[in-house]
Amino acid sequence: MKDDVVLRVVAKLLVPFILLFALYVQFHGDFGPGGGFQAGVIIAAAVIFYAIIFGLPTARSVVPDWLVEAMVAAGVLLYLGVGLAGILLGGNYLDYFVLGATPVAGQHRGIFWVEAGVAVTVSGVMLKTFYMFAARARDK
Amino acid sequence: MNAASHFSYWATICLMVMGLFIVMARANLIKKLVGLAIFQTSIYLLYIAPGKLIGGTAPIIADGFSVYSNPLPHVLILTAIVVGIAVLALGLALVVRIREAYDSIEEDEILAAEERQP
Amino acid sequence: MMLVTVAVLTRSRNLFAVVVLSSVYSFLMATVLVALDAVDVAMTEAAVGAGVSTVLLLGALHLCRTEEAKHAQAPWLPLAMAVVTGGVLVYGTYGLPAFSDPQAPIHQHVAARYLNDGPKETGVPNVVTAVLASYRGYDTLGETIVVFTAGIGVVALLRRRRQRSEGDR
Repeated sequence: MKDDVVLRVVAKLLVPFILLFALYVQFHGDFGPGGGFQAGVIIAAAVIFYAIIFGLPTARSVVPDWLVEAMVAAGVLLYLGVGLAGILLGGNYLDYFVLGATPVAGQHRGIFWVEAGVAVTVSGVMLKTFYMFAARARDK
Repeated sequence: MNAASHFSYWATICLMVMGLFIVMARANLIKKLVGLAIFQTSIYLLYIAPGKLIGGTAPIIADGFSVYSNPLPHVLILTAIVVGIAVLALGLALVVRIREAYDSIEEDEILAAEERQP
Repeated sequence: MMLVTVAVLTRSRNLFAVVVLSSVYSFLMATVLVALDAVDVAMTEAAVGAGVSTVLLLGALHLCRTEEAKHAQAPWLPLAMAVVTGGVLVYGTYGLPAFSDPQAPIHQHVAARYLNDGPKETGVPNVVTAVLASYRGYDTLGETIVVFTAGIGVVALLRRRRQRSEGDR
């Protein structure tokens, strides 16, 4: 599929918009449908799409393996870190009320970071799994 | 008690039974995983359907609406879907490894190969 | 329509067709979920069930054979088991509340509190997000860790062989 001009151009056009849509889903999750899980999956889908059109090595140079592996762990750590921040600021574990000036602002901030952690982990795991399967097929 | 009031349960049960049948009757491991996925989606339906209120709207608070569907099952199933795909990925990875070890993804052939060389 | 898709899926032996049908099934499921007001869930189901899981299944199929073998005997025992299970479950539904009954237990407990106080306490109008990240933060934390563990499991399963073969060279 690498040689098809139409596919290449369309993919180049679409991938930024898919990523933009993922960010919209992530940050608009407070007000409409969306959130960390959906955004993570959409980000992973964008990169998988890119990999299918341009080939796995190209995708791996754009989104390298070490980055994906770091994402898998970083998301969980971010989530755990939000919980610890609650303790350090004098609340309970995963207590968001103490994170901001007012309880509502604190909740907002807590939910934001937790959703970010979820999105990073989910997209990391999906991408890593795809890379593993695809690389396996290549080796055969 | 009329038929319409329980239709959602019955549709769920049909899907569930079909998924169960695929898992039990088919020897192909990938087909089994697809059957498991169908079983799982029937559970989504089982959770979501009772939370719906006719005349209600999606649980996003806005002016002009007073009846909302129950948000709690949505949350539970949202997480269940993502766990489901993670488990599916793990299962597929296992299938790929089995295929490399036994050169087959049919359950009976794998069992036969097991007996030949214990 | 979903039932028909699944019935064809059960009969089909070509695994490629099975994967494509399961993707169709996921889209239908997402549509049903929108009709049931679960927009967040429908979005996830469309992205995960129809998108990523199809890609993963195809990736795994690429590594395996795409035809299912013929079966030796007719699957009467599993069929009987499945039908009996279904019968028992249908009998069980007679004890459940009717569809869209506002008095059902599911609408009586914490859900009302989430809907009434959630926006005030968290400032987030989407109650699903509020419950997911705030009220049930521990659930979501544990669940993120499950996803993390599954990812690590896939890496562990699929990576070992390759390193060994590199060592052999």
